[in-house]
Amino acid sequence: MENLTKDLFTVVGKNVEKMDSISRPTLSFWKDAWRRLKKNRWAFLGLCILVVFALLAIFAPIFSQYTYTAMDTSAVNATPSRAHWLGADSAGRDLWVRIWMGARVSLSIGLIAAVINACVGAVMGGLCGYYGGKLDMIMMRIVEILYGIPNLIVVILVMLVLGRGMTTMIVALCITGWIGTCRFVRGEVYRLKEQDYVLAAKVLGVSDFTIVVRHIIPNIMGMIVTNLCMAIPGAIFQEAFLSYIGLGIQPPMCSWGILAKEGIANLRVAPHQVLIPAFFICVTMLALNLLGDGLRDAVDPKLRGTE
Amino acid sequence: MAEYENLLEIKNLSFSFKTYGGTVKAVRDVSFDLRKGEILGIVGESGCGKSVTAQCIMRLNPEPPGFFESGEILYKGQNVLQMSKPELKQLRSKEIGFIFQDPMTSLNPTMRVGKQIEEVFTGHKDISKVEIHEKALNIMKLVGISDAEKRFRQYPHELSGGMKQRIMIAMALVSEPSMIICDEPTTSLDVTIEAQILDLLLELREKLGTSIIMITHDLGVIAKLCDRVVVMYGGKVMEHGTVDEIFYDTAHPYTNALMNSIAGLDTDKNTVLKPIPGTPPDLFAPPHGCPFAARCDYAMKVCQTYPPEFTDLSQEHSTACWLQHEWAPKVDLHMHNRQRKETV
Amino acid sequence: MAKYILKRALAAIVTLFVLITVVFFLVRLIPGDPFNDPKLTDTVRENLYEYYGFDKPLVVQYGIYMNNLLHGDLGPSTRYMNRTVNDMIFESFPYSADLGIRALVFAVSFGLVLGILAALNRGKKLDVVCVLVAILGTSIPDFIMGAILQYVFGVKWGLLPVAQYKGIEYTILPAAALGFYTLASVSKLMRSSMLEVVSQDYIKTAKAKGLSQGRITFRHQIRNAIMPVITVLGPTVASVLTGTFVVESIFAIPGMGKYYVDSVNNSDYSMILGMTIFYGAFLILCNLIVDIAYGLVDPRIRIGKK
Repeated sequence: MENLTKDLFTVVGKNVEKMDSISRPTLSFWKDAWRRLKKNRWAFLGLCILVVFALLAIFAPIFSQYTYTAMDTSAVNATPSRAHWLGADSAGRDLWVRIWMGARVSLSIGLIAAVINACVGAVMGGLCGYYGGKLDMIMMRIVEILYGIPNLIVVILVMLVLGRGMTTMIVALCITGWIGTCRFVRGEVYRLKEQDYVLAAKVLGVSDFTIVVRHIIPNIMGMIVTNLCMAIPGAIFQEAFLSYIGLGIQPPMCSWGILAKEGIANLRVAPHQVLIPAFFICVTMLALNLLGDGLRDAVDPKLRGTE
Repeated sequence: MAEYENLLEIKNLSFSFKTYGGTVKAVRDVSFDLRKGEILGIVGESGCGKSVTAQCIMRLNPEPPGFFESGEILYKGQNVLQMSKPELKQLRSKEIGFIFQDPMTSLNPTMRVGKQIEEVFTGHKDISKVEIHEKALNIMKLVGISDAEKRFRQYPHELSGGMKQRIMIAMALVSEPSMIICDEPTTSLDVTIEAQILDLLLELREKLGTSIIMITHDLGVIAKLCDRVVVMYGGKVMEHGTVDEIFYDTAHPYTNALMNSIAGLDTDKNTVLKPIPGTPPDLFAPPHGCPFAARCDYAMKVCQTYPPEFTDLSQEHSTACWLQHEWAPKVDLHMHNRQRKETV
Repeated sequence: MAKYILKRALAAIVTLFVLITVVFFLVRLIPGDPFNDPKLTDTVRENLYEYYGFDKPLVVQYGIYMNNLLHGDLGPSTRYMNRTVNDMIFESFPYSADLGIRALVFAVSFGLVLGILAALNRGKKLDVVCVLVAILGTSIPDFIMGAILQYVFGVKWGLLPVAQYKGIEYTILPAAALGFYTLASVSKLMRSSMLEVVSQDYIKTAKAKGLSQGRITFRHQIRNAIMPVITVLGPTVASVLTGTFVVESIFAIPGMGKYYVDSVNNSDYSMILGMTIFYGAFLILCNLIVDIAYGLVDPRIRIGKK
């Protein structure tokens, strides 16, 4: 206290710049989510794996000397070697090519089905939640009944009726698949439209459309995307399951489920025929789960702006 | 335990939280004491460290990430910071009661409220089940719960907000503690219920002689209830004194600003309420000098670099402000208020 | 509470009715003729049509089927004339139920313990292990799990039998394969639920009451954290049940799942219809039980309206 001088005691008043020194740089929602996703090493790893798999699924079959149907009798049940990187199956077909051809089918079924389900569910749920009333009443009764019916049974029956194939499988997966998203979006929209800021916007005379676009969608978009990411593994699971019980893709087309099924039949002779497709299915699931978990944390508004 | 005039003494307490972003210095060098049978108010804006301070007394802050940097808390002469687990348990269940801010979320939704009150006696060996039940019912009646037998068997969601807060108070009082800490007990209740709860607290003090620490941001509550007041800002104590001294001989510009920002029943309708511009300091990196300097009308150069020391103004009243220094310009805070009111 | 149960039960009955109707007409829509064997003469085929009632209009068939269903008769198999769907279900259901219960008990108990341990040791090694198990578990489809277990324990190490269902040692691998996914998802859910509850105000209240850490964990934290896990038990039963489809056929267990897959491959329509209805009814019943159980455990629903 000795170094106090009198001139320190002149009044300078408040310091306008420092007054709000707490404010941090503002970030838009998606920029912030992306920043946090990048920081989450596991989620980022998941994303990278998915990108690599997608690229391989597109290009690997093109640049291979084999086709996915060509049978090489000298390579029946071959283990991985220089000629056949991942070995060959019981008909002597190259597994490397078949894995990536299967990836095309499995990944696109998973992605398309999940996207359709998310879109249909979000629109339905949004309409019910925002407008409520009779529409909501009727829809919710329908949804309640559909929700009570085991999903897989519907899928199996629809596959039986429509026949095997990729398109029919996507249709089958979408018939009841949107219900989960619909229920959750409806709940969220219902909650959001009661929020004070939406009410404030209404009082200011903002149109319904603008309220939905500016206030409601940005608040649930993150969760929808996360849900979507989590739904892809489910769809891939179901594809594999249906293929396994013989209701999947029409041979000679292949999917990961069919590869696993064929491998299981050959378990004792050539275990690599199960283990290899199993590995790719599991790694893809793992990557999607990691990414989904990371996304959920990244878009959680409660965690915004934190590390 | 021997008789102590000061039931609770807090000396130079500093408490921080380690987070990813750095260390949050939530409480810095706070000292005050609580006497037998008195009601002490702690007042300040959100985030000024008042709740953390209160929770330090019972070691309720999660440790880690929280940790004590320095200081001591003496309860009946015993240092809370050095207590063993059984001693701490004893302190929490028998000596001090705590009433939380939000009765809606502070009760376990899946347990009957009576059971939650009785739970305070878990581990007490000198009391029978029948006695516990008897005590719980009595305390429920005492805090004004009618039909206690029936309420006893209900779940929190079946009770109204005011009723839930009464249950919280009953829970804090059931073991007849020497003091209770109320952390904004009426913030989430509506005004009529608030008045009832405050009356109840006053009544209980009369009946049981319990000392109370009342944490609030509401100066009205302070005026109604408290004997002495501690004003906190930015994790530090700004001023403390009796209620009259704080209200009528305000010595700190922050206290003054706080009082100008609220309306009372006697406020003239032409008076313009003055909010305090700006936000409280970021406790990640608290300023070196006075934490209020950036928002203070009377800030001097010295305020930004040197932390002010306490100046005693009377036996009870003291303030941490450079304006009390002999070299500082003489400012009459009350005069300023009056002038401001006239010009409006 | 009675009103709540009644409402749930009514909804379940409506759902069941809709399910039966939809399934009946969907199965009739399946393309192809169950008696298209070229060896059959026209008269034989006509007799078959008459025997199964396929010659009558669809609506009449529906009425007859519903009437039989009310008497608990699911009709004869279209593939094996001397067997009824009821026989098949009675024969095979005990195997599936046994396997399913084992898998469910294994999955839920271990899943809960794992989730609780992980949450209590947050950020420590045990937590990392539990999270790893959970992520791996939800990444492996049950038929792959079954195949891997079969290969490692059965073929490679020869420790456990890989097929049939004749004794306790036969049940281990299929139950593990079937339950692992559920185990993982239960532990994941329980962990996050525990962590959510721990930051609730009432846990701090309990601490302020001077309760011991053990009592807080058991009486306040776990009790509340388990609620969301109960709500997913219905779908969990469903996922275990559908898991039996593949696990039973991998391990050659003569349960319902295996027969179901067989009938799908054989186009045994009345079998598909009967078994689907049985599955549906069973799942709807499970959901109903879970709903009621949830109402019993959570006082907010017990008395509230919902």
